[in-house]
Amino acid sequence: MEIKFILNGKKMQVDAAPDLLLLDLLREKGCYSVKRGCETANCGLCTVLMDKKPVLSCSMLAVRADGHEIVTLEGMQREAEEFGSFLADQGAEQCGFCNPGFIMNVFAMLEEMKEPTEEEIGEYLAGNLCRCSGFMGQTRSILAFLKYKKEQREGGSDR
Amino acid sequence: MSYVNKPVRKKDAMALVTGQPVYTDDLAPKDCLVVKVLRSPHAHAWIEEIRTENAMKVPGIACILTYEDVPQDRFTMAGQTYPEFSPYDRLILDRRMRFVGDAAAIVAGETEKAVDRALKIIKVKYKVLEPVLDFHKAKDNAVCIHPEDNWESRFPVGADNKRNLCAHAEEGDGDVEKILADCDCVVERTYHTKANQQAMMETFRSYTYMDHFGRLNIVSSTQVPFHVRRILGRALGIGASKVRVIKPRIGGGFGAKQTLVSEVYPAIVTVKTGKPAKMIFSRYESQICSSPRHEMELKVRIGADREGTIRAIDVYTLSNTGAFGEHGPTTVGLSGHKSIALYRNTEAYRFVYDVVYTNQMSAGAYRGYGATQGIFAVESAVNELAEKLHMDPVVLREKNMTKEGGRFIGYDGGTEVTSCALDRCMARAKEMFHWDEKFPRRVMENGKVRGVGVAMAMQGSSIAGVDVGGASVKLNEDGSYTLSLGATDMGTGCDTVLSQMAADTLMTDYDNIVVFGVDTDISPYDSGSYASATTYIAGKAVVKACESLKERIWDLGAGMLEVPREETDFDGSRVSRKDGSGAVSLEEIGIRGTFGNNDSLQVTENASSPISPPPFMVGMAEVEVDRETGSVEMIDYVAVVDCGTPINPNLARVQTEGGIAQGIGMALFEDIQYSERGQMLNNSLMQYKIPTRLDVGKIRVDFESSFEGSHPFGAKSIGEIVIDTPCPAIAAAVYNAAGVRVSEMPITPEKVAMGIAGIECENCKKDEF
Repeated sequence: MEIKFILNGKKMQVDAAPDLLLLDLLREKGCYSVKRGCETANCGLCTVLMDKKPVLSCSMLAVRADGHEIVTLEGMQREAEEFGSFLADQGAEQCGFCNPGFIMNVFAMLEEMKEPTEEEIGEYLAGNLCRCSGFMGQTRSILAFLKYKKEQREGGSDR
Repeated sequence: MSYVNKPVRKKDAMALVTGQPVYTDDLAPKDCLVVKVLRSPHAHAWIEEIRTENAMKVPGIACILTYEDVPQDRFTMAGQTYPEFSPYDRLILDRRMRFVGDAAAIVAGETEKAVDRALKIIKVKYKVLEPVLDFHKAKDNAVCIHPEDNWESRFPVGADNKRNLCAHAEEGDGDVEKILADCDCVVERTYHTKANQQAMMETFRSYTYMDHFGRLNIVSSTQVPFHVRRILGRALGIGASKVRVIKPRIGGGFGAKQTLVSEVYPAIVTVKTGKPAKMIFSRYESQICSSPRHEMELKVRIGADREGTIRAIDVYTLSNTGAFGEHGPTTVGLSGHKSIALYRNTEAYRFVYDVVYTNQMSAGAYRGYGATQGIFAVESAVNELAEKLHMDPVVLREKNMTKEGGRFIGYDGGTEVTSCALDRCMARAKEMFHWDEKFPRRVMENGKVRGVGVAMAMQGSSIAGVDVGGASVKLNEDGSYTLSLGATDMGTGCDTVLSQMAADTLMTDYDNIVVFGVDTDISPYDSGSYASATTYIAGKAVVKACESLKERIWDLGAGMLEVPREETDFDGSRVSRKDGSGAVSLEEIGIRGTFGNNDSLQVTENASSPISPPPFMVGMAEVEVDRETGSVEMIDYVAVVDCGTPINPNLARVQTEGGIAQGIGMALFEDIQYSERGQMLNNSLMQYKIPTRLDVGKIRVDFESSFEGSHPFGAKSIGEIVIDTPCPAIAAAVYNAAGVRVSEMPITPEKVAMGIAGIECENCKKDEF
């Protein structure tokens, strides 16, 4: 089936098999940041943005992207570096395999909430598993990033 | 500038956080054959006939392999130093199926769809045999799981395949029965832990291709590249010299990838077809046919006098290695060695074990490697002993814990306690946790009860007298260094930590160290990243190599200045005449090394250690139990660790937090259940629930460091010990909250609720003290 969608700002036109999953299509198109950690929509590693909302690309048929805008971490490199440096400063990126899905969902969260509380962060990101870090360092990095962003908005930080 | 003990960023951090394609499946050639395995639906069966002709006709299928197509020398998939302790009990494909999920055939094709179709068409006629599914009944069972004549145990570990016995031993000192009979207070209990899955986010995967020299190249998500090379050389019958192994970035290991779970399948396909091939394990496969923790049952007897001096410990471990013996003979040892040795006053101890084969998934190496199981049992028994003695479990431990300068009892990695801050760990944990205010329980306003529990742990730092760390360092012509490692960074950051040690030794900038690992063709030999070895043993090799290279640089610099070396200084960036009359920079020396030079500016060193100095730690858990539903919520976990000098405090902290979270999973959520016919039921992350960020409560970490004199920077390990305390500490906390002692992991709400229902009256009594 012929579908048209926007991938990281570029118009795409592909012939997608009816059973092709969005995750596999994205990797085929070179978006290797999109990872598969399970096949059951439990781990959050395959999270990408569709029209700015987070979706699990392992559980969505590629044809459903027709007419929509898909963004992966490849399309947000500057933001990834900015937030990622906070993760790196905690050593919380660890093996890195869950990072892209986690970071995409962090971006989705910040799209919805400017200053989420620790509790809201926990709830929003509960679907993003990480087996290395024990999550504490991820939370520290988000809180530090929020503080930096706030200072930036208020014109304070020169980081 | 010094980098050791500083929280520097991981060398690969920015590549990882920006999602660069650095993992196995990102790198695999697009035209790889897709490899999958047809798996046995029976726990125990004999393949009478397997027909592949029709499946071969599926368009795009490149090859289908059965037991008739593989070499007949048995081998082990355990990534251990040769000769392995694990028995040679595997073939790539066997006629006998030994568990649900065992490999019956290998299919390779151009597309996943073609392979899936072919898998459905292969016709296998199984003769279904009676399985051994209860590990209590495995030893000397009439059903023999490995009756084959070419089964071989290369090490005297007490194995006997005809008895379903993978290992057996008895160790001890003193007369345990006599001392126990003389003790004022004795606790006797049985504990049970399950075959937990490491559940690293990246499942098992490898791809393979033939190179221009006709050698098999394997790119694999492995912790043990050099063992992969040796083992596959044997398994494929082509010899190790025909095999090259490359390790890219790894998406987590936790010991799972210390076994060759995926490598052999694409490897044999490439050998047979000459074509590149890859095998990516699904999560389902990772759950049902991989290398999880050994299920163990431990019977513990522990005796003390009424003042609380622990006088005798008796441990019997029954370990279930499953269908194959990978890591079976070795994991079990830690269940006694790392638990009994926590205590210093013991007059007698005994440690006996049996490791048995069953028709369940083969076990492997999982962080903690038997210590986790043993420490759960012994520390739980000590908690119970404290209650019987009417003592605070912290006080009981303070009275008996191992101390620096003393001697280990029952430890196999050295007799002297060379470095130990366990007493300071306990004091600090107590203070951070406010133990005295919280022990044993607090009834909350909503009727829920918060209980607290404590446990200690120790692990090792490398396998004494066995593990080898390797490092090669060279000075480049721009004055930078390349540090080549055989140790495998699996995300925890050994490339970074070892670079920090190199930078300090060479007195250079951290950014001046280019780190590389691992390619078995060019990296120095290293036994691999397991057994909590890397920081300790590879760290020693790094420092040795850097010290030696420093001498060579200095010599060459002095030669360039045309004065004897004694008349010069080297500060890491230049060699200068002491009288100040001249100097050459590191860059100039590097360039000098590239012309008319007879002395290599590259040094390779190995290191091994006769001792395995243990890290120590204390864990304290607070849980909230709903006494009506039995649900247990983590509130707070305090961990204070003595890993010697933390080379990178950030990475040590995150490892600790991660290990605690994994331990919480084992203690509260991660269950392994089998159907009556031997099918493992927890075969997805939906049924095998690993903790989310909402399940772990607050994890707080601190360090109390001893200085381990046998390491150049005083460091010991941290990777494994951090998973050892949650099970016993949480079990004790649940007991203190609910009055229910759950001796089988995980502590599910069902078990707690049933316990509360069954013991309500007795529990009321217990609440009185």
